[in-house]
Amino acid sequence: MYRYDEFDAQFVAERTAQFRDQANRRLSGALTEDEFRPLRLMNGLYLQLHAYMLRVAIPYGTFSGKQMHQLAMIADKYDRGYGHFTTRQNIQYNWIKLEDTADILQALADVEMHAIQTSGNCIRNVTTDHWAGAAADEIADPRPVGELIRQWSSLHPEFSYLPRKFKIAITGAPTDRAAVRVHDIGLRLHKNLAGQNGWEVMVGGGQGRTPLIAVTVRDFLPENELIGYLEAIMRVYNLYGRRDNKYKARIKILVHEIGAEKFRAEVEAEYAKHPAQQTQVEEAELARIAKYFAAPDFETLPRMSNRLDMARLANPDFKRWTKNNLAAHFKDGYAIVNISLKPVGGIPGDATSEQMRVMADLAKTYSFDELRVSHAQNIVLPHVKLDDVFAVWQKLSEHDLAAANYGLAGDIIACPGLDYCSLATARAIPIAQAISRKFADVDVQENYGALKINISGCINACGHHHVGHIGILGLDKKGEEYYQITLGGSSSENASIGNILGPGFAAHEVPEAIENILSTYVKLRQGKAEDFLSAYRRLGAKPFKEALYAAA
Amino acid sequence: MPLLKNNEFVADHFIEVADDMGLPSAGNVLISSSRITEAAALNLGIGIRLNNTDKVEALVANFPQITLIVLPFPAFSDGRSYSIGRQLRLEGYRGELRAEGNILPDQLQLMLQVGFDSFLVTERFPLAAWQAASQQMSLAYQRGLYRNQETEVWSSRHQGFNAWEEQPHAG
Amino acid sequence: MSTQEKGQVMTANRLGDGEVVFLTRAGVWSEKIDDAALVQEPLALAAIDARAAQDAKANLITGQYLFDAARVDGRIRADHIRERIRTLGPTVREDLGKQSEGKAGAFAAVEL
Repeated sequence: MYRYDEFDAQFVAERTAQFRDQANRRLSGALTEDEFRPLRLMNGLYLQLHAYMLRVAIPYGTFSGKQMHQLAMIADKYDRGYGHFTTRQNIQYNWIKLEDTADILQALADVEMHAIQTSGNCIRNVTTDHWAGAAADEIADPRPVGELIRQWSSLHPEFSYLPRKFKIAITGAPTDRAAVRVHDIGLRLHKNLAGQNGWEVMVGGGQGRTPLIAVTVRDFLPENELIGYLEAIMRVYNLYGRRDNKYKARIKILVHEIGAEKFRAEVEAEYAKHPAQQTQVEEAELARIAKYFAAPDFETLPRMSNRLDMARLANPDFKRWTKNNLAAHFKDGYAIVNISLKPVGGIPGDATSEQMRVMADLAKTYSFDELRVSHAQNIVLPHVKLDDVFAVWQKLSEHDLAAANYGLAGDIIACPGLDYCSLATARAIPIAQAISRKFADVDVQENYGALKINISGCINACGHHHVGHIGILGLDKKGEEYYQITLGGSSSENASIGNILGPGFAAHEVPEAIENILSTYVKLRQGKAEDFLSAYRRLGAKPFKEALYAAA
Repeated sequence: MPLLKNNEFVADHFIEVADDMGLPSAGNVLISSSRITEAAALNLGIGIRLNNTDKVEALVANFPQITLIVLPFPAFSDGRSYSIGRQLRLEGYRGELRAEGNILPDQLQLMLQVGFDSFLVTERFPLAAWQAASQQMSLAYQRGLYRNQETEVWSSRHQGFNAWEEQPHAG
Repeated sequence: MSTQEKGQVMTANRLGDGEVVFLTRAGVWSEKIDDAALVQEPLALAAIDARAAQDAKANLITGQYLFDAARVDGRIRADHIRERIRTLGPTVREDLGKQSEGKAGAFAAVEL
């Protein structure tokens, strides 16, 4: 994974010093809150319902055991002993003091981390496939490009005061695990017949108030032209994105208001003014970065592991966990280990400092010191020998990290919601907990099969409810929380926005409503091989609506 | 309001002339772009006031005649003028580029990097604050920024390529 | 059943440490909702508005806003679930926030 050179280290050090100065000027009153707000947001510091919240970047979701240890230290020293992993591959701390923030940023800088641009109307953390560099189906690791874009977008002087926030996601696999079609810019790697890398460029996807799927503006952009082309897109957005209405300010609104054709023409015209003639430096930099993402020193191993197979036979819990939580690695003898941060009745995405240390040590011992965080709020050990999987699972089991529900009904995405967030209209976590408890039996979950239940506590959709197979949106009806259910969303390469089923439900009615939906699916599916999303797309909303509302 | 240029407060040599007013016979005038020909005929120093919705292409042909362009920053969250300023420099404008409006010291370096060289600022901050702000970051990851006071990280990593001069490209 | 005195409460976050606070009649900020001034009269509302703005300018607090509340059996109850959660802490972590520090409001987020 990427390591800072002297330039990167100096950049973060200077940025930290800059923030320390800004915070001091705020505390002394030399800066007003209105002036300080955009500056602190550009360093990821929010004012929330109970306290300040700090959002720390985990670039493209990749980090090391040492970095995870530092995140644990920060949780203990400056927060309440835990952190929350988010749907954009970041981590959030909920009980931060402004007075401590510069010191926290220094502690992050000490391990090559930062909180730069995790908020504000600027380019945010570039997210990617949490199995990048490990997945069996990958064309090529997208993370070098992720790192290139991260650097290019850091304190970009032209694009620091955009109409609104800007989110980029990239994927290097044909199966899109990074939700690129619902991002402001989505990039997808293709190879042409000559074997050269090119990027499909998609613009104008997003969730929130107005969920939209991105349009493709370039099918195959040569890799060396990426930075130049991104600049053209950003310039068009910066100049023409709406600034009159906060809810209409994302690039998706611009794209859909002027139309895909006109938008593409604007970008191409801007790009044509100064096409990327001299890209040797970008190419050299990408090649330099790519060296850090070379595959680790894998051993040559057989495809099967006797030790793993014997352990499975001897231990049914372990066997079940391997069935659900392991993913195929491109290298024989290795597996991708998915650690669910969704224990039964737990808070999705939360980890205690102790759990963080356990995962950090497992990474160091068993996964070439590398971890990932996924947008589904789980942690990944990307390169584990099959021979070691049982030892890993044993350790996870001791620390409530062995929920065997990866990708199933218990693997719920939920935003912090009204329990923490000033923007929320309802709580999301208790709903997740109730559903989790209802389907605690993994047999039941396995029967339902692959399922993405996503819960958002307000229309800003940080819980990604629009692209959940089952989406739940928490709203406020005359001061009472009530929940709207959508079906049929997907964040895959065949992305879709979920459809609202009907009137909303009170909190206590939601788990039963979900069970109703899932029972209907089980009844009508064409065998267990037809998963929930496929069945919904075949059947439509009607049978589910009837099941939910006719009984009244 | 103080005029900041090259880390000093300087005098403003331009006089703003409204559209319905006559032009002086000599000196530097700040006018709207519709009066360029008129001002050029009088051999005046020409400054143009642009809106942050104006298109740069319309002005390119007049660059040789213009020595000042003023761009607004109506709210500091309104970042359009950063792009217009950059476009002007990419199109080859080399006169003075002035920022006017809501400008905090924390934005100064960003504005300098995209090509602004003078700033009409509020009296709230002393000169020392502006001077410090203009050099808080010594590095820039982006290439092709106008000012090359910051070290271009990518160019420095890969010797044999020059900052800025080897440009331009959209990136 | 005691009569419910209704009004508004001013809340904010302390600038330096982010702690949620409420403006009292004495014009200082308390960490406990029950110390808060419950204000109805327009003049009094204007006064607490001005006081909050002044304290924001003095860099004591930030993010100030008014919310509706009522005095019930001597304790202050926020009308909206959001502010009730603000006076308690997260409903899903009863070991965190004011509810675990002896500063809680008396009313649950959701009454059963």
